[in-house]
Amino acid sequence: MLTAMLAIGVLAALFGLLLGFSAIRFKVEGDPIVDQIDSLLPQTQCGQCGYAGCRPYAEAIASGEADINQCPPGGEAGIQVLAELLGVDALPLNAEHGEHTEKRVAVIDEQTCIGCTLCIQACPVDAILGAAKQMHTVIESECTGCDLCVPPCPVDCIEMVPVKETISHWKWPYPENTRRSIAAASGEPC
Amino acid sequence: MRRLMVTLLEQPKRIHGGLHLDANKTQSLQQPLRSASVPGQLYIPLSQHIGEAAEPLVEVGDKVLKGQLIARSPGYISAPVHASSSGKVVAIGDYPVPHPSGMHAACIVIATDGEDRPADTRLRMDDVFNADPADIRQRVRDAGIVGLGGAGFPASVKLNPGPDREVDLLVINAAECEPYISCDEALMCSRPQEILDGVRIMRHALNASQVVIGIEDNMPTALVQLQHCLDQTGASDIQLTPVPTIYPAGGEKQLIYALTGEEVPSQGLPIDLGIVCHNVGTAGAIARALTQGEPLISRVVTVTGEGVRQPANLEVRIGTPVADLIEECGGYTDDVARLLMGGPMMGFSLPNDSVPSIKTTNCILAASYRETPQVTAASPCIRCSDCADVCPVSLLPQQLYWYAHARNFDQIQDYNLFDCIECGCCAQVCPSHIPLVQYYRFAKTEIWAMESERQFSDMSRQRHEFRIERLEREKKALEERRAKARKALKPKVGDANAKQAEIAAALQRVKAKKAAQSVGPLNTSDLTEEQRAKIAEVDRRRSSANGQP
Repeated sequence: MLTAMLAIGVLAALFGLLLGFSAIRFKVEGDPIVDQIDSLLPQTQCGQCGYAGCRPYAEAIASGEADINQCPPGGEAGIQVLAELLGVDALPLNAEHGEHTEKRVAVIDEQTCIGCTLCIQACPVDAILGAAKQMHTVIESECTGCDLCVPPCPVDCIEMVPVKETISHWKWPYPENTRRSIAAASGEPC
Repeated sequence: MRRLMVTLLEQPKRIHGGLHLDANKTQSLQQPLRSASVPGQLYIPLSQHIGEAAEPLVEVGDKVLKGQLIARSPGYISAPVHASSSGKVVAIGDYPVPHPSGMHAACIVIATDGEDRPADTRLRMDDVFNADPADIRQRVRDAGIVGLGGAGFPASVKLNPGPDREVDLLVINAAECEPYISCDEALMCSRPQEILDGVRIMRHALNASQVVIGIEDNMPTALVQLQHCLDQTGASDIQLTPVPTIYPAGGEKQLIYALTGEEVPSQGLPIDLGIVCHNVGTAGAIARALTQGEPLISRVVTVTGEGVRQPANLEVRIGTPVADLIEECGGYTDDVARLLMGGPMMGFSLPNDSVPSIKTTNCILAASYRETPQVTAASPCIRCSDCADVCPVSLLPQQLYWYAHARNFDQIQDYNLFDCIECGCCAQVCPSHIPLVQYYRFAKTEIWAMESERQFSDMSRQRHEFRIERLEREKKALEERRAKARKALKPKVGDANAKQAEIAAALQRVKAKKAAQSVGPLNTSDLTEEQRAKIAEVDRRRSSANGQP
């Protein structure tokens, strides 16, 4: 009886120590689900979801505070992957937060720009180059198309233009499975 | 540890799958290889290769000479572009280019002057076989030479195996396996010596121990010509191996397997086995550049099909519009139905004949109605596995189709989508007429687009995080500055106290002084009685005098 109690006691102490050790040694920093959600968001940092950026929105989704359908830049495809990750039903995009549009970039009309730096302060990814009373310009390859620079501009010299499709970005279309048209059968054997 | 040497097989192996197709090469081989005339206008695209597009060095109105550099390569994986003939630059802008999208891209348009005056290119090397391989690579690069087999990968990059890699085997790909295309065969028949020179230059640059030219066994004339050239010099440094004619034996990995029995690893490169593979046309272009000083400004193009009157192989200037080539071959026949660039299996249709022929153009196929595939309704996949039987890469085409159809881009990569060479064998044999290759191409470009989007969003996240960090840092710095400023003020506050104390002390002193002074003038304290009486009398007199002015 005593031996059994001792043995159980020793085992309990051992496992307790092991658990205690692993709790400290293998402690997970931060919330991994937030990182996972954040990695699926488009990182436009536009704030259309009602949060201050993609990461705050990811945190809100993780805590159950926000729905997964508040991100217009991510569109339906973004909702789909979020739904898959979280194991919930995909919802249609909430129209309150805006509509999904094609990728656009900001372009500053350099003739009109007065160099006020307000757009530079608004840009969430530091994609606008310029200084006070100097002409500003958008670094096109880094612009996420978030629209945040447009409202602060006092002279309305910023325009959002759709990204032009080039050959290097061109994608093969989804095949028409019903009939093979001559044009679409370009890669097909005779 | 040193890898084992790659050994060439006595008897080439048969590749997995593949198809026996009607060669249809004789039509274009009836006439000898000839040069196409210089067209009135050359449309030279800036991106004719894999990698970054070249950057123009000329402006509209500039006069250019044949072989003159007109656009430089901005990066390592890129190739410069040269003027194919002398003339004047009349435009730089977007024009139709040969691409399955049918889109326009940046071109330099040259109005030729017909004089064909050459520029001094300084590409020629006098003693090429004693030259430094790095020097050879640089000149191949400067000559704008890219793989002429079809992909257009910069040749100089493939001539550089890397510092710690040895090349056991240089494979020259002369297995032109796709039906209708005969440009390599025509080149071998008419300029065998040039090819052998180029092969030897490549061998020297790569320091390869063995060289083999893999040639399809349905090109006897080319084989005889090359053998004859080798025999004349009595050289046995280059081996000629006929490989069985089967489509697609001319695929890089397929040819390597046929010749050595070794498989290039999935998503790997031949160099992983110590093998480098170059196209036979590339060898010719390298010989031309380094022995004659001519950069890549022309190539052999097969113009064929029932839609053209006199099929032929032509030496074509880069940038020549397809319409000019058709004209050169007697024009269209009445039953032309479709224009393809490349062969019937892997080529793509051209929207019209205004597009130019470029560095990677091996064939212009003007197909008749008879040669054009029937428009057939695709039926559901019946899992017959014919596609898997013919796949030269031993993939599972039906699974790839299934996942591409469902847009399941994770699963499709598990089935090695990116090892697919898009040869079209599976679609050719599919009894349900499913456009399989189109599904694979669709999936590949979708995955690439997703990948680049992911990279962009990662970059945006990083930039956003950096911005937040920067703002916090700036805020902190500002606070620190303010705190410092406040601190700097504090000694002043102390001073003020001290000053106040000083002032107080001074006031005290003044007070004391005043007190002292207020005592001082009273020099009437120790006077005698007599003196006091006198003072009193004077005061009285003064006051009475004051009272009666």
